[in-house]
Amino acid sequence: MYPASFGYSAPATLDEVLSTLSKLGDEGRVLAGGQSLIPLMKLRQAAPAHLVDINGVGGLDQISDSNGHLEIGALVRHADVITSEPVSRSVSTMASAAPWVADPLVRNRGTVVGSVAHCDPKGDWASVMLALDAQVVAKSMAGERTIAMTDFIVDFFTNSLEPGEMATALKVPKDVPNSGGTYLKLERKIGDYATVGVAAFLALDSAGKIARAGLGLTSVASLNVKATEAEAMLTGNEPSDELFAEAAESAARASSPSSDVRGPADYKRELVRVYTRRALTGAWAKARGEV
Amino acid sequence: MTTTQNQPTTTPEVGGIGHSVLRHEDDRFIQGAGRYLDDHVLPGMLHMAILRSPVAHARIRSIDSSAASALPGVVAVVTGELLAGYNLAWMPTLSGDTQAVLATDKVRYQGQEVAAVIATDPYIARDALPLIDVDYEDLPAITNPMEGLAAGAPLIRDEKEGQTDNVAYTWEAGDKAATDAAFAKAAKVVELDTHYPRSHPSPLETCGCLADVNPATGEVTIYLTSQAPHAHRTLFAIVAGLPEQNIRIISPDLGGGFGNKVPIYPGYVVATAASLVIGKPVKWIESRTENLISTGFGRDFYMKGQLALDGEGRITAMRVEMTSDQGAFYADAQPTKFRAGLFHICTGSYDFPAAHIAAKGVFTNKAPGGVAYRCSFRVTEASYLIERLVQNAAYESGMDPAEFRMKNFIKPEQFPYHSPTGFVYDSGDYHTALQMAMEMADYKGWRAKQQASKGTKRIGIGIASFTEVVGAGNSREYDIAGLKMFDSAELRIHPTGKAILKLGTKSQGQGHETTFAQIVAEELGIPHSDITVREGDTDNTPYGLGTYASRSTPVAGAATAMVSRKIREKARTLAAHLLEASEGDLEWETGRFYVKGSPDKGVTIQEIAFAAYTNHPEGVEAGLEGVHYYDPPNMTYPFGSYIVVVEVDTETGVWEVLKVVAVDDCGVRINPMIVEGQIQGGLTEGFAKANMQWITFDEDGNCIGSNFLDYLVPTAWETPKFELGETVTPSPHHPIGAKGVGESATVGSPAAFVNAVVDALWSEGVKNIDMPVLPHRVWGALKGA
Amino acid sequence: MLISVNVNGAEQQREVEPRKLLVDFIRSELGMTGTHIGCDTTSCGACTVLLDGKPVKSCTLLAVQANGRNVRTVEGLKQNGQLHPIQTAFKENHGLQCGFCTPGMMLVGSALLAENPDPSDDDVRWAISGNICRCTGYMNIVKAIQSAGQAMQGA
Repeated sequence: MYPASFGYSAPATLDEVLSTLSKLGDEGRVLAGGQSLIPLMKLRQAAPAHLVDINGVGGLDQISDSNGHLEIGALVRHADVITSEPVSRSVSTMASAAPWVADPLVRNRGTVVGSVAHCDPKGDWASVMLALDAQVVAKSMAGERTIAMTDFIVDFFTNSLEPGEMATALKVPKDVPNSGGTYLKLERKIGDYATVGVAAFLALDSAGKIARAGLGLTSVASLNVKATEAEAMLTGNEPSDELFAEAAESAARASSPSSDVRGPADYKRELVRVYTRRALTGAWAKARGEV
Repeated sequence: MTTTQNQPTTTPEVGGIGHSVLRHEDDRFIQGAGRYLDDHVLPGMLHMAILRSPVAHARIRSIDSSAASALPGVVAVVTGELLAGYNLAWMPTLSGDTQAVLATDKVRYQGQEVAAVIATDPYIARDALPLIDVDYEDLPAITNPMEGLAAGAPLIRDEKEGQTDNVAYTWEAGDKAATDAAFAKAAKVVELDTHYPRSHPSPLETCGCLADVNPATGEVTIYLTSQAPHAHRTLFAIVAGLPEQNIRIISPDLGGGFGNKVPIYPGYVVATAASLVIGKPVKWIESRTENLISTGFGRDFYMKGQLALDGEGRITAMRVEMTSDQGAFYADAQPTKFRAGLFHICTGSYDFPAAHIAAKGVFTNKAPGGVAYRCSFRVTEASYLIERLVQNAAYESGMDPAEFRMKNFIKPEQFPYHSPTGFVYDSGDYHTALQMAMEMADYKGWRAKQQASKGTKRIGIGIASFTEVVGAGNSREYDIAGLKMFDSAELRIHPTGKAILKLGTKSQGQGHETTFAQIVAEELGIPHSDITVREGDTDNTPYGLGTYASRSTPVAGAATAMVSRKIREKARTLAAHLLEASEGDLEWETGRFYVKGSPDKGVTIQEIAFAAYTNHPEGVEAGLEGVHYYDPPNMTYPFGSYIVVVEVDTETGVWEVLKVVAVDDCGVRINPMIVEGQIQGGLTEGFAKANMQWITFDEDGNCIGSNFLDYLVPTAWETPKFELGETVTPSPHHPIGAKGVGESATVGSPAAFVNAVVDALWSEGVKNIDMPVLPHRVWGALKGA
Repeated sequence: MLISVNVNGAEQQREVEPRKLLVDFIRSELGMTGTHIGCDTTSCGACTVLLDGKPVKSCTLLAVQANGRNVRTVEGLKQNGQLHPIQTAFKENHGLQCGFCTPGMMLVGSALLAENPDPSDDDVRWAISGNICRCTGYMNIVKAIQSAGQAMQGA
């Protein structure tokens, strides 16, 4: 119920945050929304020596439009995504996923960047970012770098940030014309983690064939999975129920879910099949402007 | 005689029976001014945290608390060894067993109390816990009763003299010979093997205790989350050896109970002992995890039920073999004579002459309990079994499930009905309730829609027509720990005509401060808003057995009516004096006595009250008060019919509720608004149990379901909407004809939800899915069918 | 660390450890016990307060994070001796039984009505889906919030 003791600073600028993180090395953890970190600390499953609270740093809460991308700042809350006009207009997969995350109260505090950086395989956002080939912007005293999502997620609760480095934004590609995405999730109640979640994105060429496909899977392995074989299977082809069924089969093969109270592994694999089919159908409808 | 509503006979200002009076207790709650356990602060108060076993079954080799004791801010560390010196390491349970307060020899379930830290601050108390070094020697864990009964199973209760196996109790009811004979002749036998899983009441406020032993005066004041403060006081006196006259238990505002706040938990005993030894108040509030992993859970019955049918779809007998998972200690809070609670009501709403139940309780390496969670003493399990059996029997007989029920219902003219297991049902009209539910639900319309639904989404319609039994209970048959199950009401009318009513019960949200005032308002005509109701403080209320198993209205409600009538009789004497008439010449109408034939010549109850203190006649005691201890002659039998419509997605196993219709009959309704609130809450619990709630264990005895991430309780988004209907069949033996309703919906509705899913999938060969009917279980059932 | 938090319109200055949860700060330091604790996994919402007008779970915020911010608890719903319409609506619609979830429900309801004065059933149920009630089954809570919305529009 109560966390162990820790040191705390609340810098006013990003430079101060980075300098503090650099000094603390392994001992420092960023506190943004805190909706993943604080619960772990209360259960004493995490006990960082020092928290660096970034909530007072200006300029991190913006969703800005730049060059075919939306940049989602480190303090953009899940709730902000739901009400964001740029997101609903130009990143349909994110707009579809946002209401599925946690519950309304947690969404008022939790951040998209924080959630992705947490690398919880049951987290929804990482699957969306994998499907969209988003990138993480990481800053440190040494400078700035951009990390592809597939490189950013290293393992179960492990990202590729170095000590002293902080994820300051996500760069998410905007929907090109004739594209769209959907996120579907089986949760047993609001606030439950996904039994299975699927983010599906399709971009169509002028002939209506699939120019690009993105598929990200939640809760099917020890990390969020990018179903690259299924994506390849879809690319260049005419969308159809049969094609989607094949892609769904491939996505199921890319999953290695564990059996637990949410069901046996073969059930979860079946859900991957069903939801991939349904998510692709939904993405296709959006890409054709039908929704 | 059944009517469809009871009309009030008093004015809204008086607010007697039948008025939906707004609740008196709300004013403080809506301002955040409720006083729950954790809101209480006493000067010098210390805080307690409990160290719990991480494993399900292990011998304790040693406990080293020196590092914990040395942490600044830690005042004491209590272990079982320390308590043993005061003879408090073990305590009796409400079922005649013993339970460890703090473990000494072994730990017997994950989450069991091992040691306690008392500190100046709750954060420090929590810091100290990992500093206590316990050396465990793991033992194999028994995680279900079948394992416990298997040959060679480890003995869990090796400390208990005479215990050579893991059997906690055996019990039977009914007539085996007559039942066997009926089954031998049966044209058809329908069987169902089902597990009613472990579930937890999980009131939003957890359990806790603020014990204040005053070293100077010897007074022991214990603020306690208690649904039964008087019984708890007596038990504390016996267990702790403290003089009962010095013990005051104060049960304050409770954030829900649902039976979870009936047992005495080790934390209470340790906090009290610590306060006694240290001489300062000690507060203990459990976390949600502690609540779910160690306190009184509900259900966990393995039931093999059978119905014998004749060739015409009539039930002739019922046979049940039941095994219950009692956890590590047999600690059920239930009437002593009934080792499986009132499970033998499992013949339900149906008329047949023979039944036999064989029950066995088994120890396992899990938290103790079983009777809780709005179960009316195991009626939830009984009702579930019969309603599932009847549903399947209908299908196997080629009959519509509603038609099958109508054919087998006890008829109105058969009441009082003697059931084959010894219950005497007071009143009922099951046909009318089911008919009403079918009309409200458009049953025929949904059957037609079901015929048309052939794709991957399937419609199902489930029915449950339950009869339950509440109002424990008459002193011939009912006692808990030897205490008879009467209840009490003490009423005093003040000189200014206002009243204070004190009860032996204890509301946890059921609205007693309003509904019991309404009973007095009905009987005496004093406006409800002039009546204050008090419960929970053992120094200031008459002795009662508390609130659980829907007993308050049947027992304390009756006591309230009776004491009001006693006072009315004395009021007649005073009125006669004031009116200079003879008592026999007076008539009563709401709130006043008047002289027969001269209605203008009367006195109000307020005038009478004033006179009781200022102008009482010679030979008559001053004052206007009384107390009544009510010993109910029988139980009461609320009933109802629920219909649920669902749509099942056969690809994912997810099911959605399309409609819930609930017709309830709890006899006379004191406050219809409050009754409906109880039903809506109970239907939600029924839905939750059918859909998602589940406490389960892995093979090592690790509890899965010990926090709200794993133990799922529904939000407003998942919870369906409910359409309520009512019939009113008064209880003939209750002074105001009321039956009690708090648990009806929790008892009756789970089967309606499960029956609906089974109904959707019966044509696919699915005959049963145990609760919780999770999506993967639906999918699995379809695959295996 | 010395913090200053505006609670229900009044500045509250206290010295607190960084690990002190906001809910404990409110309950123990400030003695305002209307905000409740119901779980330990950020699941139940009994601890809901408004932080700069937005409903949050105060058990999953550090008190130090409220430094310089505005917090409204249930005690701050009543203004100038007058109950907030949502409080009246909860009583009139039997929107509470044990009362433990009620402060959180009312605060979330009031925040919803500030943005959407005429919410549908689904709007309300969605808004309160982070708050658990074990007693009522939610129907009357929904009614109460909608009824408060009507009252606030002068209907």
